[in-house]
Amino acid sequence: MFPELIDTRPLRRAVDDGLNWVVRNWGGEFEAAAYPLLMLLKAIEDLLIATPWWLIMAVLVTIAWLATRSWKLPVIVLASLLFLGVMDLWEDAMTTMALMIAATLTAIILAIPVGVWMSRSLNVRKAITPLLDLMQTLPSFVYLIPTVMIFGPGKIPALIATIVYASPPLVRLTDLGLRSVDPAVMEASRAFGTNPHQRLLGVQIPLALPTILAGVNQTTMMALSMVVIASMIGAGGLGYQVLQGIGRLEVSRGLFAGLGIVALAIIFDRVTQSFGKQLQGRIGLAEAR
Amino acid sequence: MNAIDTRQDLAIAMRGVTKIFGEDAPGALALLQSGKSKADVQAETNHVVGLDNVSLDIAKGQIFVVMGLSGSGKSTLIRHVNRLIEPTAGEIVVNGTDVLKMSLDELRTYRRTQIAMVFQKFGLLPHRSVIDNVAYGLEVRGVGKDERLKEAAKWIEIVGLSGYEQSQPRQLSGGQQQRVGLARALAMDTDIILMDEAFSALDPLIRSGMQDQLIDLQKSLGKTILFITHDFDEALKIGDRIAVLKDGAVQQEGKPEDIVLRPATPHIEEFVRDVNKARAIHVRSIMERGEHEICAQAVSKDARCEDVLPLFAENQWVGVVDEAGQQIGRVTAKQVIRALARYTPS
Repeated sequence: MFPELIDTRPLRRAVDDGLNWVVRNWGGEFEAAAYPLLMLLKAIEDLLIATPWWLIMAVLVTIAWLATRSWKLPVIVLASLLFLGVMDLWEDAMTTMALMIAATLTAIILAIPVGVWMSRSLNVRKAITPLLDLMQTLPSFVYLIPTVMIFGPGKIPALIATIVYASPPLVRLTDLGLRSVDPAVMEASRAFGTNPHQRLLGVQIPLALPTILAGVNQTTMMALSMVVIASMIGAGGLGYQVLQGIGRLEVSRGLFAGLGIVALAIIFDRVTQSFGKQLQGRIGLAEAR
Repeated sequence: MNAIDTRQDLAIAMRGVTKIFGEDAPGALALLQSGKSKADVQAETNHVVGLDNVSLDIAKGQIFVVMGLSGSGKSTLIRHVNRLIEPTAGEIVVNGTDVLKMSLDELRTYRRTQIAMVFQKFGLLPHRSVIDNVAYGLEVRGVGKDERLKEAAKWIEIVGLSGYEQSQPRQLSGGQQQRVGLARALAMDTDIILMDEAFSALDPLIRSGMQDQLIDLQKSLGKTILFITHDFDEALKIGDRIAVLKDGAVQQEGKPEDIVLRPATPHIEEFVRDVNKARAIHVRSIMERGEHEICAQAVSKDARCEDVLPLFAENQWVGVVDEAGQQIGRVTAKQVIRALARYTPS
């Protein structure tokens, strides 16, 4: 047994009481602050559910074609969507997709500026890197419970948990992409009298875009991997079906909903990857690798 | 340290410019100024001396070449002129303005309007077309789209890349990419152009063509060009004046033939040994000046020794004439051979 050096009970009690105090006094404010997030999610979900299934299929297949200019990916996307429809998972899939899209959009808005900030200062990078490690490794239940306490069960804590888990790769890859822009190009830009703003928007971000897009791809994948946990606190969607399947020992329900998540993952992974490759080709980085 | 004279004919003046890389540059600078060598400073403080007390006067309208091997500090030197690198000590005056006293804003304006640069690795923007690359400097300066594209198209034509306006840089060969880099610098229409080993990455034939083009452009535009190279032949071919750099210090500065005929150090002598002296030495620097009878054949005063050699098959004397066709001197085969062989009567 490790000897008891200090009494940790007061510390634990302080943390618990602190959280309770926040919930009691600031719960309303927190909920108000997260309200736009909820509105975003609701808007996306309503739009996806209100849109007829064939239109969504047509849009996604067209996007797949634009990303690759070949017939292969559109066929895969169509097959995945048909599977979701045939298996009676369409509406759940739309709910899950809405959560994923809302989380990814929010992650992009938050993570890219942080990545830019990190790429500019060694000290900021040193401070933020362990925080990102923490976000990715801390079991999600540890921060799910306080968020549920503050916001109550429902879509907001599910969305926040997804964002916390899915943002780090985008921050990291934005930072990496911006820092690995060819120094010769950066120097040339500096020699022509650009200011940091012009270099960021005119040189760094365009050249780092393939890497940033790889980060977006990672974020969508990690957001999808959170859907089962998110459904436990009221996110609904495919994750809820999996959860029910486990609860009722209905293997088929769990299996098909699980495969539905895989189908969504395939669609978003392949499409974002193809856009990344296309972009790399356009700025001539593909040959250099 | 001499105060900088504000001579109007100087484009760039550097006085006592010293650069030390490392965290405690002032400490290492004190050691260097106390008379220690570059190697000693590096051994004692682990600081690298990039430039050691460099002073240069670069007159307007000439091609000034800084020659040195890799690690001699030549790339560091050229980056001081537009302050991509800050010196540890010294003064740099360009077109009469002290570059080191500029605020960040003034420095940007200076880079946008007074000085352009061509890079060894081209430094083109890979996501932009050729014409947008050439127009980049003007875009940064705030020139409107129509005007800058018109200007860019003009310079693309001058460097011989017509038809490639919409190509991406990666679709071009190395020589073509460097023409884009050159056009981008020329489109800025600055009085001064910095060229950092601009032709070193190119094949010998293409390099020779680019050198000829640069000489022609300089003649027609009258720009001041500071050119960095590690190739002594290149320095002799294009340079109006040459400074030889070793270990961050200027070893000799002068006209090409001064360096070939009177190398100041064993290091420079080594370069000179392998060089084609017949190309480096102008006949005017070895001719007999004054009134002589008019020779049957004559060359211009810009001719080099290699140009007169064939004429000696038929003639004992060859005349040297100025722009007006007036004979200003004459040479014999003996004088030429003496210069080429560096014969000194004991």
